[in-house]
Amino acid sequence: MAGAGGGSNDVQWCFSQVKGAIDDDVAEADIISTVEFNHSGELLATGDKGGRVVIFQQEIEKSQPQCRSEYNVYSTFQSHEPEFDYLKSLEIEEKINKIRWLPQKNAAQFLLSTNDKTIKLWKISERDKRPEGYNLKEEDGRYIDPNTVTALRVPVFRPMDLMVEASPRRVFANAHTYHINSISINSDHETYLSADDLRINLWHQEITDRSFNIVDIKPANMEELTEVITAAEFHPHQCNTFVYSSSKGTIRLCDMRASALCDTHSKLFEEPEDPSNRSFFSEIISSISDVKFSHNGRYMMIRDYLSVKIWDLNMENRPVETYQVHEYLRSKLCSLYENDCIFDKFECCWNGNDSVVMTGSYNNFFRMFDRGQRRDVTLEASREGSKPQQVLKPRKVCADGKRKKDEISVDSLDFNKKILHTAWHPQDNIIAVATTNNLYIFQDKVN
Amino acid sequence: MINTMECAVDAQSLISISLRKIHNSRTQRGGIKLHKNLLVSYVLRNARQVYMNEKYAEIYRMQQYEEVMTVCNEIQELNPLDLAEDCEEQSGDCCGNDGVSEPASLCCALLPVSHLTAVQSAHIQAPSACSAPLSLQSDEVCKETEPSFYRSCCAEAYPVSNCDFSTVNNNLHCNKTTVLDLDTHVVTTVENGYLHQDCCASFQQCCQGAQSPAKKRKVDFEYYISDIEEVPDFTPCKRAKFEDCSYANSEHLDTSNISNLISIFGSGFSGLVSRQADFEQALNGQFCSKQALASLGAWTRAIVAF
Repeated sequence: MAGAGGGSNDVQWCFSQVKGAIDDDVAEADIISTVEFNHSGELLATGDKGGRVVIFQQEIEKSQPQCRSEYNVYSTFQSHEPEFDYLKSLEIEEKINKIRWLPQKNAAQFLLSTNDKTIKLWKISERDKRPEGYNLKEEDGRYIDPNTVTALRVPVFRPMDLMVEASPRRVFANAHTYHINSISINSDHETYLSADDLRINLWHQEITDRSFNIVDIKPANMEELTEVITAAEFHPHQCNTFVYSSSKGTIRLCDMRASALCDTHSKLFEEPEDPSNRSFFSEIISSISDVKFSHNGRYMMIRDYLSVKIWDLNMENRPVETYQVHEYLRSKLCSLYENDCIFDKFECCWNGNDSVVMTGSYNNFFRMFDRGQRRDVTLEASREGSKPQQVLKPRKVCADGKRKKDEISVDSLDFNKKILHTAWHPQDNIIAVATTNNLYIFQDKVN
Repeated sequence: MINTMECAVDAQSLISISLRKIHNSRTQRGGIKLHKNLLVSYVLRNARQVYMNEKYAEIYRMQQYEEVMTVCNEIQELNPLDLAEDCEEQSGDCCGNDGVSEPASLCCALLPVSHLTAVQSAHIQAPSACSAPLSLQSDEVCKETEPSFYRSCCAEAYPVSNCDFSTVNNNLHCNKTTVLDLDTHVVTTVENGYLHQDCCASFQQCCQGAQSPAKKRKVDFEYYISDIEEVPDFTPCKRAKFEDCSYANSEHLDTSNISNLISIFGSGFSGLVSRQADFEQALNGQFCSKQALASLGAWTRAIVAF
């Protein structure tokens, strides 16, 4: 059975790899909190609740008839540590909220990682040679008495085992009063933005001691607060344009050329609420959890609790496409509110040519929507389906009582198993899907 | 896990759950999440609106019935003093015998309607007598409220909340502001410039007949309520420190406590702008969105504590 995919050929998704502990007992620090491919797709970074970043590197096995690729651990480092704000008596979590790769300029790779308060620029570089033949030092580092040196030689570089070093190059701190939810790198390759609940700041990648505040929605009187910023992203090509989404389900597009402070939007994307769907939880489920521009910059996709919507930047009054992710949960909102699942922030992503979008759901299900073919598929990331090259079988959730064979009823869904973070390789049909503490990599059967 | 049976979408239970979430958020690692608390406050607002609508509809229905009954009783009433004694007796029954005061407005909302209608029907001109059943220490407050205040609270078809505002009775000048300070855990109420003791636990006794003494336990969350009447020139109301607002254990937020909390919230929530036209109609809007936003944001303002 074919899955959704780009192009005329149907994509068949196969299991490729799974990373992480097999244990059912999940350590909180191992919970994956962000997943991101770099611009070439060669590197895949994950961040977790323990403040660690793990980077996988793609290795293509050319010996196989079909080019299979594997992602193996490339580097692991502790990006953020727990901190304590003494003034407010608050602990600052080390959880990595977002990772964003910088476009590659030289041999080294750079990424930005952020927790609730501090953004760090990390340099990941390889070292595969080392100098040997010092005159004044032994190989083990002991110093040689200069008086015993009778001849001089020029040290030479000799190959060594590959070592990947991660070093923090910049720390951008103390600019956010509220919790940082997004970072986005500008297409000018010089600046980036960071967004918290009420403000968005613009940084220069080289300058750490100051940033420009470009959006501030904090009301003069906090009692008048009605919405917060939930996500922000720069346009992929227009360095003056960015969007930010709100908890009220609106998206604002801002042009930095218009004014220094972009409190006034250039465009407001807002869909009128359907009054027939009004409930106690209408505000919660309309809160946007993620916003992503398409690669071509023409569209943007937003994710709220129950749906994925695609907006055309040229049309502000309604989205051009709406996809229901798990509409069967609409009647369960009360229970989901009780167990806090209604506050889960699902992310979404585009494939390389913007023809398919993907997002996660519960029970370790994830959904793909083929925009061109108007088809969608539900797949599952589980150990049961993890034989090498095993094709993923589409899943179906039964909303009413008449459950067919192989269908799963809504009441059987495991709401502790949620897929919040997914990423799609920028060129190929390779996807990374994060369950609670495992990272699954699936590939197209014919890659 | 989702229960097999979808949980009853009951406004009161939602309020209870929401308050528990707000309370728990204070101890969560990483500090209070502004976004989540804002969303919870929306649910709280929605649930309260529904709850108040239901409650006042019920009170109105009961009052319609009682009015018929009291017409007969009116004939028999002769001596106002006798009636005052009756009122105090009723007060003893329902408002607690420990002499703890409760605000007229709080009791007003959820006292059995029969008490109120009896008071109304007496047409007592001395508000002190009128308010005797409701408050012992806040006489000065009750003195300044007209008897029609009670009528406006309970007799109107629209579910207005307490005495804090009434868009029907233009003579009403009840100014009431209640603030719970998240950091110091105290409740302050300023009504008509007078410091007010809002004793939640005693109110609980009043309405639920509970026998447990008022606990000196602090309230763990904060909200801010502004008087709807002040909307055109809205300014933050003054706060006065207030000691020991008793409230039930936050771990046991049962329905009686929720009733208390709702009445304390008073005008703040019912003044909120709702997108639903029927809500707006029901609440008889002269509601300013500013008022609505102020009340709503109180949660976040307090919770943020930045």
